[in-house]
Amino acid sequence: MSWAEILPVIFMGLMGLAMFLYVVLDGFDLGVGMLLHRADDGQKDMMIASIGPFWDANETWLVLGVGILLIAFPKAHGVVMTALYLPIALMLLGLILRGVAFDFRVKAQDRHKPLWNFIFFAGSTVTSVAQGWMLGRFITGFADGGAYDLFALAIAIALPCAYVLMGATWLVLKTEGDLQSRAAHWGRLALIPVVVGMGLISLATPWVSDTVSARWFSLPQFIGLLPIPFATFACFVALWWTLNGKRALGTLCWLPFILTVGIFLMGGLGLAYSLYPFVVMDRITIWQAASSTAALNLILAGCAITVPAILAYTFFAHRVFWGKATELRYG
Amino acid sequence: MDLDPVLLARIQFAANITFHILFPTISISLGWMLLFMRWRWLKTSHRPWLTAYRFWTKVFALTFALGVVSGITMSFQFGTNWPGFMEKVGNIAGPLLGFEVLTAFFLEATFLGVMLFGHGRVSERVHLLATFLVAFGTTMSAFWILVLNSWMQTPVGYEIINGEFHVTSWMEIIFNPSFPYRFAHMLLASFLTMAFLVAGVSAWQVLRGKANASTPLALRAAITLAAVLIPVQILVGDMHGLNTLHHQPQKIAAIEGVWETEKGAPLLLFALPNETERRNDMAIGIPKMASFILTHEWDGELKGLNEFEAHPPVKPLFFGFRIMVAMGTLMLLVSWAGWWLLRRRGWQPEHAPQWLMVGIAAMTFSGWIATVAGWYVTEIGRQPWIVQGLIRTADVASATPAPHIAITLAGYLITYVLLIAAYISVLRYMAEKPSDSYDPAPTGGAATLLGTQPAKKEGGA
Repeated sequence: MSWAEILPVIFMGLMGLAMFLYVVLDGFDLGVGMLLHRADDGQKDMMIASIGPFWDANETWLVLGVGILLIAFPKAHGVVMTALYLPIALMLLGLILRGVAFDFRVKAQDRHKPLWNFIFFAGSTVTSVAQGWMLGRFITGFADGGAYDLFALAIAIALPCAYVLMGATWLVLKTEGDLQSRAAHWGRLALIPVVVGMGLISLATPWVSDTVSARWFSLPQFIGLLPIPFATFACFVALWWTLNGKRALGTLCWLPFILTVGIFLMGGLGLAYSLYPFVVMDRITIWQAASSTAALNLILAGCAITVPAILAYTFFAHRVFWGKATELRYG
Repeated sequence: MDLDPVLLARIQFAANITFHILFPTISISLGWMLLFMRWRWLKTSHRPWLTAYRFWTKVFALTFALGVVSGITMSFQFGTNWPGFMEKVGNIAGPLLGFEVLTAFFLEATFLGVMLFGHGRVSERVHLLATFLVAFGTTMSAFWILVLNSWMQTPVGYEIINGEFHVTSWMEIIFNPSFPYRFAHMLLASFLTMAFLVAGVSAWQVLRGKANASTPLALRAAITLAAVLIPVQILVGDMHGLNTLHHQPQKIAAIEGVWETEKGAPLLLFALPNETERRNDMAIGIPKMASFILTHEWDGELKGLNEFEAHPPVKPLFFGFRIMVAMGTLMLLVSWAGWWLLRRRGWQPEHAPQWLMVGIAAMTFSGWIATVAGWYVTEIGRQPWIVQGLIRTADVASATPAPHIAITLAGYLITYVLLIAAYISVLRYMAEKPSDSYDPAPTGGAATLLGTQPAKKEGGA
C-alpha cells in the first residue's frame, strides 16, 4: 500500500477512536441523564455533580468524529448526513435541550427546577434513541425495507440501555451510600436488555448484510475473531458478578465501569471489522470518499500534535475531579 | 404553496447560525473579562472582585453551554444542508474546521470544568491558567471560523482540478484579503457586546435596588471598556467597508442602495429599495457623502448594482447595515455619556442620574442586535454565491425534501425562541438574586453579619 492508500485507513482509525471515546464519555453522562428521574432531589444534584465538570468536553468527541468524517471523507459526509437528516435533527434538539437544562436547572428559579430536570431526562433519552436509530441505519448502509427498519428500531432501544448501563456504573464509581447501591441496582436492570440487544445485533447484522456475513463466517477468519465474542461474554459475566451483592460498593467500585468500557470496546471492534473498508456500507469505500492526500497529510500532522495533548489534558481534568463526586460550587 | 427547499435550507441554517452567534459573541470576550476580574481579586484581595467574578462565571457557564450545543448543531448542518459544499471545497474548509475543533473546542470545553468547579482543587496559579486557556480557546475558535468565513468571501490560494478545490498556499488562504478586517471587527463586536451586557445588567441591579459591592466595579470596567473600544470599532468598520468595496463591490452597492453607477453618490439615511423597479422610493440622503466615505473623494465613483450579472438582495443589506450603524452610534453616545457622568460621581452608580441607568440597562442586548445585523449584511451580501464568484449556494444544497426541512425548521425555531426567552429571564433572575449565598468566606461575610466573629474575638481577649 502506498502512503496515499494508507492515509484513509489511518483516518478511519482516528474516526473510530473519536466515536468510541464519544460513546464511552458521553455515554455515561447520557446514561446519568436517563436515570435522573429515578432518584430523589438530593441524589439528582449529586448525579449531576458527578458529570458536571466533564459533559462539555465529552460532547466535543462527537464533533471530532463527525469532523473527521467531514474533513477526511467529504464525499461520504454528504451522503450520510442527507440519509440521516431527520434523526440527526432529532438528536440535535435532544442535545441542545439536555445541554442547556444542565445549566438552567441550578440557575433558574427553584420552582422551575423540576421542569429543567425533566428536560434533561427527556433530552438525554431523545438523543440516545436517535443515535441508536442512526447506528442501525448506518450499519445496513441505509437500506430500505421493513426488516431493516426493525433492525434499526432494535438498536434504537439497545443503545440507550447500554448508555444507562454506562451511566449506572459511572455512578457506582463516583458516588457513595444509598445512591451508589441504587446505581448498582439500576446497572443490573440495564444489563439484561444490553445482553439481549448485543446478542440480537450480532446475529442480525450478518443476516441483514451479506458483506458482514461473508467477513465473519468464513474460515479461518471466524477462528481469529472468536476472542471478540468470548471477551464480551467474559465482561458480561464479570459485570453481573460485581454488580450483585455489595462487591462493587467498596474498593472495587471502578470495576463495573471498566468492564462496561470493555464491552463497548469489543462491540466497537466488531463493528469496525464488519464495516471496513466501507464508510457507507457496500457503497462507498474509504478510498473513494477520501480528501486529497495533501489535505489529509496536513490534518494528520495536526492530529499527531493535538490528539495526544487533548488526551493528556482530558486525563488532567479527570485527575482534578478524581474520586467521589462532591457538591459543585462555582469558584 | 410551493416551498423552495434551497430557501428553506438557507433559513434553517441562518436560524441556527443566528442563534449560535449570540452566545460566542458574549463568551469570547467574557472569558477575558473573567480573567481580568480574577486577576484583580488575586492582586488586590478586594473581595467584591471575587463576587463579580463568581456572578459572571455563572453567566459564562450558561452562555457557554448554549454556545456549545448550538455549535454542535452547526457542525452537522454543514453536511445536512450543504452537502455539496464539502464535496467541492472539503480540501480547504475541512482542515480549517478540523483545526478549530482540535486546537480550540477541546481546549475550552475541557478546561471549562476546571475553571468552573476546580477552585480549591487546584492551586490559584493553575486555576488562573485554566481560566486563561478557556479564554484563549474561545478566541482561537473565532480565529479559525473567521478564516473560513473570510475565505468564502474573498477566496485565494486555491486551484480547481476537476471541479474540486485544491490548496496552493495555506498562508494565502489563512491571511486572505478580508480576514484581518473581519477578525478584528468581530473580536471588537464581541468585546462591545459583552461590555454592554455587563454594564446593562449592573445598571439593572442598581435600578432594582439589588446592587452589591461588586456592581460599581463591574459597571466601571464595562463602561470604560465600551467607551474605549467603540471609536476603534467605528474605525475598523470603516476599513472593513473599504476592503469590501475593493473585493465585493456589489455588496457595497446594495448597502448604499446604488442602482446605477454614479459619481458623488449620496449617503442614504432612509429609503425603500425597490428591486422590481430597480430604484429607491422615498429616499432621504446627504449629497455626495457615500462617495466621500467610501472613496474619500467627494466625486468618487460608485459602481451600481445594474452592472453586476448577479448581486445580493438589496433590502436586507440596506436595512441591516443601517441597523448596525444606528446601534454603533447609540453605543458611542451611551458609553461616552456614561463614562463622563459616572466618573464625575466617583463611579457611584446610585448617585448617577436615573435616566442614565435606564439608558445603560436598555442597551444590555444592543451588541446582539448590532452583531446579528452586521452578520446578515456580510452573509446575505455574498449571495447568490456560497463561495464568492465561484460556487452558487443553490448548487450545493441537499436533496432533502422541503417538508422535512420545514418540519425540522419549525422544531429548531420553537426551541431557539424559548431558549432565548429562558436565557434572558434566568439572567434577570440571577441579577436580582442576592450574591454569594453559599460564600464560605472565612472572615467577614455571613459571620460578621451574624455577629458571631466579633463575639468570639472578645471572648478570646
